[in-house]
Amino acid sequence: MAPDVATTTPDVDAPFSVMGADGHLLVPDTTDFGEPLDVLTRRLYRDMALARRFDQEAFALQRQGELALWLLCTGQEAAQAGSIRAIRDTDFVFPSYREHTAAIARGVTVAEMLPLWRGTAQSSWSPSDYRFNIYTLVLGTQMLHAVGYAMGVRLDGSDEIVMVYVGDGAMSEGDSSEALNWAATMQAPILFMAQNNGWAISTPNAKQFKAPLHTRARGFGLDSYLVDGNDALAVHLTVREAAARVRAGGAPAFVEAITYRIGGHSTSDDPSRYRDDAELQSWIARDPIARLRRCMELEGLADDAFFDRVAAEAETLAAEIRSVCVALDPVPLSSLFRNTFVTETLALQREREEHEEFQGSFE
Amino acid sequence: MTNLNMAKALNAALRSSLADDPKVLLMGEDIGTLGGVFRVSDGLAKEFGAHRVIDTPISESAIVGTAIGLALRGYRPVCEIQFDGFVYPAFDQIVAHLAKLRGRSGGRLRVPVTIRIPFGGGIKAIEHHSESNEAYFAHTAGLRVVVCSSPGSAYDMLRAAIASDDPVIFYEPKRLYWDKEEVDLAHAPLASVLDAAVVLRAGTDATIVTYGPTTRVALAAANIAQQEGRSLEVIDLRSLSPIDIDLVNASVRKTGRAVVLHEAPTFLGLGAEVAAQISHDCFYSLQAPVQRVGGYNLPYPHSGVEDEYLPDVDRLLDAVDRTFEE
Repeated sequence: MAPDVATTTPDVDAPFSVMGADGHLLVPDTTDFGEPLDVLTRRLYRDMALARRFDQEAFALQRQGELALWLLCTGQEAAQAGSIRAIRDTDFVFPSYREHTAAIARGVTVAEMLPLWRGTAQSSWSPSDYRFNIYTLVLGTQMLHAVGYAMGVRLDGSDEIVMVYVGDGAMSEGDSSEALNWAATMQAPILFMAQNNGWAISTPNAKQFKAPLHTRARGFGLDSYLVDGNDALAVHLTVREAAARVRAGGAPAFVEAITYRIGGHSTSDDPSRYRDDAELQSWIARDPIARLRRCMELEGLADDAFFDRVAAEAETLAAEIRSVCVALDPVPLSSLFRNTFVTETLALQREREEHEEFQGSFE
Repeated sequence: MTNLNMAKALNAALRSSLADDPKVLLMGEDIGTLGGVFRVSDGLAKEFGAHRVIDTPISESAIVGTAIGLALRGYRPVCEIQFDGFVYPAFDQIVAHLAKLRGRSGGRLRVPVTIRIPFGGGIKAIEHHSESNEAYFAHTAGLRVVVCSSPGSAYDMLRAAIASDDPVIFYEPKRLYWDKEEVDLAHAPLASVLDAAVVLRAGTDATIVTYGPTTRVALAAANIAQQEGRSLEVIDLRSLSPIDIDLVNASVRKTGRAVVLHEAPTFLGLGAEVAAQISHDCFYSLQAPVQRVGGYNLPYPHSGVEDEYLPDVDRLLDAVDRTFEE
């Protein structure tokens, strides 16, 4: 069933919200969310709460030296949960590198999430298992991979779509413009999910671009949407409707979700060097998880027992993260020799054997 | 057997690959309706459709980046970069992604993308149209880098490159596009033609190791040397990564002398690697230091002086002479 496409509209310059700051619903009772609101809000709340706890534990593990680096998604959970749950599980997703909420929602396990950050492997999950590609750290480049994948979807005559996550900073890369232009000219079934979290490490939006991202996408010929990224229901509704339009053969879609990176860029960053505490506090007050919870309580969509169950599940996850992390050992270097090519070349085989013989000489 | 020039042989290889495998796609600037600026894809859009021979926007990074995505979807894209000097916008997609995805994914992903690049000088082109940038890619782990040198090798190697499950940078020497020879189009793609160097001319006194456009220079020099009583063995490397060093070594152990020849600047060029490997592996067989002949360490010059820049028969024979000096 194609959802009702009358709720959100492309090419509007005011961010679309479904919940007020205090959590009350701004949309009519008759709004079609595609499923009962209690079912949807509970799923989104659980995704977000688990991701938040994951983030906290991983951050702690980095501070204790168990992870080399961690990039917090704290503050961006609504933009990610709202979007990933608004497309089909069969739709392929290209993340950037901060999409932990989306990854967890797709079922990527703790043991598969941590190795990149612990330095025990460069990636650990099979993208086909979750229809979720491995992370890409070179900014904006995954947008082109996603457009190419979407060209393949179209050639196959499939009704899948592709969703690709990108940040405000990455939108300054040349590849992002090539991707938007290419998607439009190739009529690729793709949805660009831009999380504008305000900061690219230390560089604010104002130093990054003059024309707002969603208007730029419109200029390339995409249907463009602007949404309150800390409002999980607004993101969900927007992406669901944008995805339906793309799936029905419409123009590629670009969704700009206005959100905020509560933590630093990474655990190596010190955001107090470049941004005001007042700004940070104003966004902490707009926390997407607390906001959804207030809505659920106001509307009677969940009781205390539900929230207690999710909190307990998050604690179990945190314990699992810790035990899984410390048990992770590096994939041996020899596997990189074998996996650089599909068929190991004679030259690499010789280099590997020389290396193994040298290593063996110490035993 | 069919008498074809190299551009036509490449065209035949593309046609055979498109016909054999519905997952093969061609992508590039002006390759469809026009048939490519060198007409290598002439007629293929008409024969296989615009959905398989895709005229793209002028976006080299996107040509390679979207090819990666198509490969992840199960396709086998063949990209054309219009000229050697225009590959740099795609450099990041090639070295950071195409080359590394297999390893980064722990062997879970494969990206069978072929990137065709017309390369090299000698056609009196304007700037940015005559470069030999093969060393950049040969230096990148995860890429196969090959160079064809004749209609026959072009047909066989391109078929094998497209069939390869690993990414291949496929260089086509521009000045050889119009050279003709008899080509056997009945060949099935053999993976081994991507790895193997070939002895183009047997000899006993010195070994010339070269590839691509300068194979012609080496063969011409060998003819002249023959008249002077000197027998040169000419090896066409064909694959620059990996290098078939065993074949090179066997030749040098026989002749005791080696000269490496290419158009690219000798400084950190492929010849430096080949010379180092020969010096290491054949040290006690060598009668003289390995010589290198190539472009000077300059930006490729204006065409009015390119003949002075490009290594020619005289410079090669001069280097051969040096290996015979007492």
